[in-house]
Amino acid sequence: MKRRTLLASAAALSLIAGSAFAQDKPKVAFVYVGPANDGGWSQHHHEAAMKMKAHFGDAIEVIEQESVPEGADAERVLTQMALSGADLIFTTSFGYMDPTINVAAKFPDVKFEHATGYKTAENVSVYSARFYEGRAVTGYLAGAMTKTNKIGYIGSFPIPEVIRGINSSYLHAKKANPDVEIAVVWLSTWFDPAKEADATQALLDQGADVVLAHTDSTAPLSVLAKAGAYGFGQAADMAEFKPEPRLSSIIDEWAPYYIERVQALIDGSWTSTNTWSGIGDGMVGIGEFTGPIPEEVLATATKMKEDIASGAYHPFTGPINKQDGSAWLAEGEVADDGTLAGMSFYVEGVSGDIPN
Amino acid sequence: MDPVLLVASIMVSATPILLAALGEMVVEKSGVLNLGVEGMMITGAVMGFAIAVSSGSPLLGFAGAAVSGAVLSLAFGFLTQYLLSNQVATGLGLTLVGLGLSALIGSNYEGQRAPALGKLDIPLLGDLPVLGRMLFSHDIMVYVSLALVAAVWAFLKFTRAGLILRAVGEDHASAHALGYKVVRVRLAAIAFGGACAGMGGAYVSLVRVPQWTEGMTAGAGWIALAIVVFASWRALGVLIGAYLFGGVTVIQLNLQAAGTTVPVELLSMSPYLITIIVLVIISARGAQGAPASLGRSFHASS
Repeated sequence: MKRRTLLASAAALSLIAGSAFAQDKPKVAFVYVGPANDGGWSQHHHEAAMKMKAHFGDAIEVIEQESVPEGADAERVLTQMALSGADLIFTTSFGYMDPTINVAAKFPDVKFEHATGYKTAENVSVYSARFYEGRAVTGYLAGAMTKTNKIGYIGSFPIPEVIRGINSSYLHAKKANPDVEIAVVWLSTWFDPAKEADATQALLDQGADVVLAHTDSTAPLSVLAKAGAYGFGQAADMAEFKPEPRLSSIIDEWAPYYIERVQALIDGSWTSTNTWSGIGDGMVGIGEFTGPIPEEVLATATKMKEDIASGAYHPFTGPINKQDGSAWLAEGEVADDGTLAGMSFYVEGVSGDIPN
Repeated sequence: MDPVLLVASIMVSATPILLAALGEMVVEKSGVLNLGVEGMMITGAVMGFAIAVSSGSPLLGFAGAAVSGAVLSLAFGFLTQYLLSNQVATGLGLTLVGLGLSALIGSNYEGQRAPALGKLDIPLLGDLPVLGRMLFSHDIMVYVSLALVAAVWAFLKFTRAGLILRAVGEDHASAHALGYKVVRVRLAAIAFGGACAGMGGAYVSLVRVPQWTEGMTAGAGWIALAIVVFASWRALGVLIGAYLFGGVTVIQLNLQAAGTTVPVELLSMSPYLITIIVLVIISARGAQGAPASLGRSFHASS
């Protein structure tokens, strides 16, 4: 009899525990490709996550995992997070796309948000910023500031986001300087300060005097500072390099999005979405213009930023030809999001091949 | 492509792995396998940066990096030489400790700028038309690393102490029977290796990049380990290996920047590809020159 009471109360207890667990506060997880203090991309996601946490206070729990390699390791980390009770997982690098989709299929009750990818599912949203809008402004400044008529671009992986960045930078550099050339170096990594520094040096040695980076660390700006050349903050403001060599920056503003999505999770209104926002929505910020930029260049760059924000100007407005000379956009025609999202070609004037 | 700038870049790019590999070669010559090069490098990188920033002197930074690398390596020495722990596992542990420790120490130094290490102004030689800019206008650490290569070569080849170090690495039981202090010799070699790795790391954070970022050595320590094998445990081989690897890395970036038509994939993998090819050639030749007692624990009772 006693034993039966014990069992019954144990069962009751576990029921209570179970329901308490279900009502537990939502757990939000973040996965970063580099260290959370890389000074760039991952740090900015981390800071946005912290802002989101401050907004909700004790109502939610946040867990983070930094320096997770893209690939099989990512799948292991995501599985671990899902098993440990995460309700919403933000995977903040392009290379987490397939791992996110794979793990999401195994945990239909866990929600995922993948940054900069294009594969969605019932429980997987994607979100990205229209970085190419920012690249238009920094590309214009690069074209205006180069004296050697050669600008450098450090590419990470040949994915559409980076190719859009190269094309947008080049097209707008050319608006400022019709003779400008762009040299692209691919590094096959998002974060390797020594390699990024070597690549910057190589571009300088080859005659470039303004270098745009599409990697995560501040190493390129360190080298540019030493050499007296110019560059831009990438993903973060990189204000420690003001006023030179940093002329401006492209700042990713993730916090409002994170707050919105976690609110949706709490309200139970979370659905799979595809978000792609730019300067106008505040997801892409343009950092303060610093350094010896001439007045008229400043005025044009500021106007370009405002026109992009208001929608009056689209960075990919025809006439634009593809690299091989074939027509892409006719006079006045604007690129559609589908083509942009999968962009895998250079525009006319960019030399070199895109690695596969 | 300007060969003068190219050679100058190669020398800067190769110096960190040259220093680290040279130190590790001496360690392995004494019969110890220390896989913690990466950990000692990153610790040297952060300590060198921190000391250079707070003192304003990059040279003091390099000295501090050497000391911190040596101290860390002596922890490895104590574990493997006195407590006879497994060298492979302890070395891997050292790498993990170094990565964690450096992240902890370095968190206050993110985004700071290091004082620049000036280039040496060598009279006469520096004024030579092409060679002057190519070879004789670097910072002092490039020449320190080259001088160290010569010193290590001469030490191992001509000195009595060098002979003892090699004897300990070849057959520790016989060296012990002859009355040599095997453990002390090995600890000295380990400390030297740690100091070299620390300086190599500091070269990344003070000259090559120059800034502190967590995880910034990004695997250079493992390349250094491979270069020791590549060099068949010879000082000159280490020099060639480090400059070859650094050279191919820099040349492929320059080829990309110059807009060559060679596929990028081929260029990116070329440093690793060439290392593998040379390793295959060396092993096919037979004489590899690994010290016979490499990686084996020694205790006076055995």
